[in-house]
Amino acid sequence: MNEERRLIYHYLRHDKKFPHVWCPGCGNGIVLGSLIRTVHALGLSKDEVVLVSGIGCAGRLPVYVDFNTLHTTHGRALTFATGIKLAKPHLKVIVIMGDGDATAIGGNHLIHAARRNVDLTAIIVNNNIYGMTGGQSSPTTPHGLRASTSPYGHAEHAFDIARLVEAAGASLVARGTIYHVNLLDKLFQRAMEKVGFAVVEVISHCPTHFGKLNFLGDAVESMRWMAEHAVAVERAKKMRPEELQGKFRIGVLVDRDMPDYQSEYEKVRKRAMEGVPYRIDPQEISKMLESHQIY
Amino acid sequence: MAAQRYEVRFSGTGGQGVVLAGMILAEAAGLFGGRHVVQTVSYGPQVRGGNSNAEVVISEEEIDHPKPIALDLLVPFTQQGCDEGAKLLKPKGIVLLDPEMVTQMPEGWIAPLPLKRIALEATGKGQMANIVSLGAIAVLCPHVTIEAMRMAVRERAPRGLEEIFLKALDAGYSVADSMREKITFREAPSPED
Amino acid sequence: MGGEEERRPKLIQGNEACAEGAIAAGCRFYAGYPITPSSEIAEVLSYRLPAVGGTFIQMEDEIASLGAVIGASLAGVKAMTATSGPGFSLMQEHIGFACMAEVPCVIVNVMRGGPSTGLPTSPSQGDVQQARWGTHGDHPIIALTPWSVRECFELTVRAFNLSEKYRTPVILLMDEVVGHMRENVVLPDPSSLEIFDRVKPSVPPEWYIPYEDTSFGVPPMAPFGEGYRYHVTGLTHDVRGFPTLREDEIEPFMARLFRKIWSHLDDIQTWDTFQMEDADICIVAYGSVARAAKRAVLEAREKGKKVGLVRLITIWPFCRRAIEEALKGCKVFLVPEMNMGQISREVKRVVRGRGEVLTVSKALGRLLTPNEILEPILEESR
Repeated sequence: MNEERRLIYHYLRHDKKFPHVWCPGCGNGIVLGSLIRTVHALGLSKDEVVLVSGIGCAGRLPVYVDFNTLHTTHGRALTFATGIKLAKPHLKVIVIMGDGDATAIGGNHLIHAARRNVDLTAIIVNNNIYGMTGGQSSPTTPHGLRASTSPYGHAEHAFDIARLVEAAGASLVARGTIYHVNLLDKLFQRAMEKVGFAVVEVISHCPTHFGKLNFLGDAVESMRWMAEHAVAVERAKKMRPEELQGKFRIGVLVDRDMPDYQSEYEKVRKRAMEGVPYRIDPQEISKMLESHQIY
Repeated sequence: MAAQRYEVRFSGTGGQGVVLAGMILAEAAGLFGGRHVVQTVSYGPQVRGGNSNAEVVISEEEIDHPKPIALDLLVPFTQQGCDEGAKLLKPKGIVLLDPEMVTQMPEGWIAPLPLKRIALEATGKGQMANIVSLGAIAVLCPHVTIEAMRMAVRERAPRGLEEIFLKALDAGYSVADSMREKITFREAPSPED
Repeated sequence: MGGEEERRPKLIQGNEACAEGAIAAGCRFYAGYPITPSSEIAEVLSYRLPAVGGTFIQMEDEIASLGAVIGASLAGVKAMTATSGPGFSLMQEHIGFACMAEVPCVIVNVMRGGPSTGLPTSPSQGDVQQARWGTHGDHPIIALTPWSVRECFELTVRAFNLSEKYRTPVILLMDEVVGHMRENVVLPDPSSLEIFDRVKPSVPPEWYIPYEDTSFGVPPMAPFGEGYRYHVTGLTHDVRGFPTLREDEIEPFMARLFRKIWSHLDDIQTWDTFQMEDADICIVAYGSVARAAKRAVLEAREKGKKVGLVRLITIWPFCRRAIEEALKGCKVFLVPEMNMGQISREVKRVVRGRGEVLTVSKALGRLLTPNEILEPILEESR
């Protein structure tokens, strides 16, 4: 067996009732491959990895992998993941969501998980549409394009997921595509190594619905589009704004060190166990207020 | 009738300490007097600025219905609380009130006591009227002694304020004790009044 | 916890007793969202849980709260949330998930007036049928209704025990009166309590079948991270936890889901009787209303009426046998409730014309009075 096959055998539930549910050309398989390679590269044991998902095409990903896997309700994967992580902090909890899952029905959970900075890895596979239910518009469907519930053109404007979670307080924010697979491996690795809430937005596609409705061609054509429009962050820094027009940045967009929820809560536990009433020095109070900056 | 119940209602608005008074009475009777007690809170019909009532049911036997059925003692800190509570009084129920806080007295047995003034004189704080009323209740209520009330106050008072609370309590007790005979039945005001 | 200090009588609220019961039962995770009249449970646990090495987290809403609770439970930690009507409505989604994936957890609902925002500070029993049927799809559920501060403690412990034993969400249906009332109680010594912990698999991981049928009906549950890697989903699944559309897998799954509860009613259902020995009129009540009803029984007896009380402690599954037994002597049933008639439907269903079922159904935002309960009794026997 070659290395790739050995990996597949080791990590996939090969006795699970394959074939999988995804359409030909779907990006989810690429994401799954990247995820497995990353877990392998980091030397994580299968027992310590928990893979949590919500509902949608991406939500079906955990069932195929031999980790502790949890397929939750629509939009709520991060809430279950928060409970798992706080209950058993030694577990590596990875959450996989789609764009509708994470930013529409789960939008509130997403920003609050980021704000709390729970040590989770959140992968958001963005294909601009609800695939599983038949191509309805999502919060990342671009303005003016078509979806099965936007037959006259989408009247709304899309979220920029990366900027959303950055503003909400995520420790690490990255963006990759299903075309730039080597980069995706690296981004997943950075995210999993990061202590705190780490988000990787994966630009994917849905040739079955979004592609068809908007005349974007097949999977190959849409991946070519990604190749042509993605700009590495390092390169983007050297480009003029007009050159960046219509392009999107890929790579690590934000990486900052902030205390994560568990380490902060550990302080709470320590105070509680000591049983001494919590008193704040008045000078500390003004410092705390100052560090709470609002622009 | 089944077991004898003794029912008290404190009634007032936010900040008058009705719930605290109810809890201290319940603890005095329950924890230090060995009685069964149930303390509940209810609210008047207004959403804001309305009355809140702290109610205490005391009995030597286990208490079934947790809310007052007919009050033995009403302690209103507002006119509205007095008017509402008076409807619930037993025929022999007593209203312990401060005539400065409740100017229109209801029909019934009234124990008028200048709670606020006593509080001011004893502690310099008019807000301690609720604690002063507890001293008077130690005189009026057969289920609590002033000793039990003192123990309950000592436990519930914020740390460092125990002595002030006890002063207010004792002041209420001594004035009420000397005014025992002043509890009188008041007729309903006639239309000519 | 423990020690002489704890064994002294204390004047505490039903909500506080519930929180203490949770700690005593071994709950070490709480996730919740503030809502009157249940917030004291969260406040007490935010203080107590970290002191015993547990975790308290205030989530962004009630959906998230129950999600986190289920996550913690899957990781092997006993977990609970508490809420009131509006929040309970939001939790229905995850109550269904916990039923489907068979995840033990306790959900406390301190009932207030509804529908919608309703009467935030006032009591009601309006969520009784919602507790039974609130989440979509067929499912059994266990719900318990305490009537005193001490019972808030005891039934919280029991709720955890039942949830662990039967791998099911258990709902503790309190009401505002019970939640906010203070009584002087001596809480049981935690070491004297019978605590049930979920059964873990005894087989090696490669033999573990997470949703395998057992004679008891409840498969052993492996916590995440201990070598038993398996799949948990809200989709209908086969014995290995994988989604299925096969009739021959759906049918035994649904059958077991119900059987694990229905075949253990002796263990799950409890009720209390008062003066039922010679009664010809039976009051059926639960929660704080049962206390008013008990008073009504005493007063009716003084007037020479043979009235008794059946107090439901387990409210779901409905204690059919309690009514069947009462039917041996009683031809008249009276169901007083702080709602427009929810458990009276169940009583009527069981009585089925073998007696008359009277109701006192009032959703006024206050506890029913003994007199209101007495009235139809005196009328009936006139």
